[in-house]
Amino acid sequence: MLNLLRGRKLDQQIIVLILFILIFLSFAVFLPGFISAGNILTLVRSVSVLGILGLGMAIVVIGRGIDLSMIATLAVPAAWVMTLAGAGYPPVLAILAGLAFAIATGVLNGVLVAYAEIPALFATLAVGIGIAGIGQSGLFEYDIVAWPPALDSISWIGRGVILGIPYSILAFLAAALVVHIFLKKTRMGFFIYALGDNLLAARITGVRVRPIIILQYVMASVIALFAGLVLAASSANMDTRIFNLTWIYDVILVVVLGGIGLSGGRGGVWNVIIGTLLIGTIINGMTIMNVSFEGQNLVRGMVLLAALMTDSILNPRNEETAKQGDI
Amino acid sequence: MKLFTKAAMTAVTLLSFAIGGSAVAQQSINDPARDALYASLKDRSVVFVPVFMGLDLTEGWSKMMARQAEKLGYKYEVRNSNFNTAAGAQTITSLISEKPDVLVVQNPDVQSYARLLKRAEDAGIHVLQLNMKTNILTTGFVGADVVEIGETQANAVVNHCTGEGKSGKVLILAGPPTSPFSAYMLHGYENVLNGNDKIQVVSVQSTGAYESAKAKSITQVVLQQHPDLCGILGVWDNTDIGTAAALAEAGKTNDVFVSTSGGGGELSCKGIRENLWQHYVSYDVPGQARDLNDLILAALQDKNEVGSTKTILYTPLIEFTADNVDQQSCWTLESIK
Repeated sequence: MLNLLRGRKLDQQIIVLILFILIFLSFAVFLPGFISAGNILTLVRSVSVLGILGLGMAIVVIGRGIDLSMIATLAVPAAWVMTLAGAGYPPVLAILAGLAFAIATGVLNGVLVAYAEIPALFATLAVGIGIAGIGQSGLFEYDIVAWPPALDSISWIGRGVILGIPYSILAFLAAALVVHIFLKKTRMGFFIYALGDNLLAARITGVRVRPIIILQYVMASVIALFAGLVLAASSANMDTRIFNLTWIYDVILVVVLGGIGLSGGRGGVWNVIIGTLLIGTIINGMTIMNVSFEGQNLVRGMVLLAALMTDSILNPRNEETAKQGDI
Repeated sequence: MKLFTKAAMTAVTLLSFAIGGSAVAQQSINDPARDALYASLKDRSVVFVPVFMGLDLTEGWSKMMARQAEKLGYKYEVRNSNFNTAAGAQTITSLISEKPDVLVVQNPDVQSYARLLKRAEDAGIHVLQLNMKTNILTTGFVGADVVEIGETQANAVVNHCTGEGKSGKVLILAGPPTSPFSAYMLHGYENVLNGNDKIQVVSVQSTGAYESAKAKSITQVVLQQHPDLCGILGVWDNTDIGTAAALAEAGKTNDVFVSTSGGGGELSCKGIRENLWQHYVSYDVPGQARDLNDLILAALQDKNEVGSTKTILYTPLIEFTADNVDQQSCWTLESIK
């Protein structure tokens, strides 16, 4: 951790990291039962799906976009995989069909943003509503789809435990590793930073920005499908109505809270992990303390506000850092 | 001989025609109420505003309402509010000016639609509330007595958890805080649990919008704190799939007694058979739909001032356990004929 701090100014990632450590330590001291291995695993497991979604969102946000259709892409293609498998199609075929659905959604998002040049906020919002609508208009018998026995061969991704560690945590770690390698070690990942930081400059230097924008939305959609399968396997069903809930804000929350600016070009996988752990710790602690639902929402909102305020006080915006298009 | 038989048969046939014909001519009377009733139902309209379609509950009710409408010749329409209270309120507001004869409303919470429903009745629309009730009464309410569901569930958990060697620790998994299925149900739980020294409620948590993922993570956290948890009072079958998943993963399916409730569809029996829950309070959707259809017909025939009579029909509840699950109907959309 000292290594992380050395030579860095107090940016939002560090603020949130300190906030996380403070909250974690105070829970560990004052809350009996918080610091057991079992509880820590439970804590991470309960936010691992959120973390996976955050990784997908991070790719898009670093490329200076936003994907509001992620929850729909989590719910509908995954539920479709389950419906197809339940109807007797081979699991591999069902998964491939779901994958094709997710990729098509990503391509649609990307084309609307990159070629039609519709702002990502509106394009992905509309696509999300559309995908949820397709799900509701007869793709499934009920809006809550049960996990079919035919898919039990892959249900371990959400349910199983290996060496005491739940697979859903490993799924989060695996996704984090893949996204990390993609962002930091591949040329495509580097280009995403470049176009997120300054799209025109990236284009002038010869980066083909439009296909890369499509790629980032496709990655977000595929990650959302993966998160959807983990979630569905974990809770043994998929409630396709979750599109109507406030999940997407939680996903944006872990990304922004972790310090990936919505203006693009900054941050990485660490930011998502820290943001996710902070949210997970708060939810876990408050559940142990038996805080009411409204109380939990209030505290979550205040923590976010505190992090954003500290950041804007310590790192005030100026003409250099504030960019046009900043949300 | 052959000739004789033929002649006899012809005679019998002719005779029977004569008797039959005269009998019809003598005894046919039309029911005097019939034509007037059917004529009065023509071009009337009923609109259903559910919290959300696509659930076994709403699809089941809607199918039976649609069927009666088709049979009797009045119009039936669904305006889905898609789990969005603001959209639902807007729908009801526009319906007040469209003036259907009967408005069937499933309320997302005890407060939001209350004034609108009163305005609708003032505008001459009969308002029937379905299963989820606001704090005001209108022409009719059909649905479960949610306090009674809570009491029934709590009694089952008390029976199981106060015995020898049981910890008496209970987790309550509620729905959205202001929903009738949370507020009234918690009241039912309290009616039973508060007076009992052996029961310790270790946590009362909301599952948000009946989210099974949330039920699962809350159950996991509470199991960490209270490995000797004895019972869980769940809010709804679809939500408690997550509760059961948490218990299964912790290897505690047989140690923790889960009681839940729902419309008594196929999931209810599947849950009992697969040991997801050990006690289930059904509010019998086909039975409710029949009550609802009756109140709709009564409202369509009502000539009095709207709102001058207010009828509450609480659904008779059915308890499902492993012992009686085979005698339950466990309806599906196909079985609702």
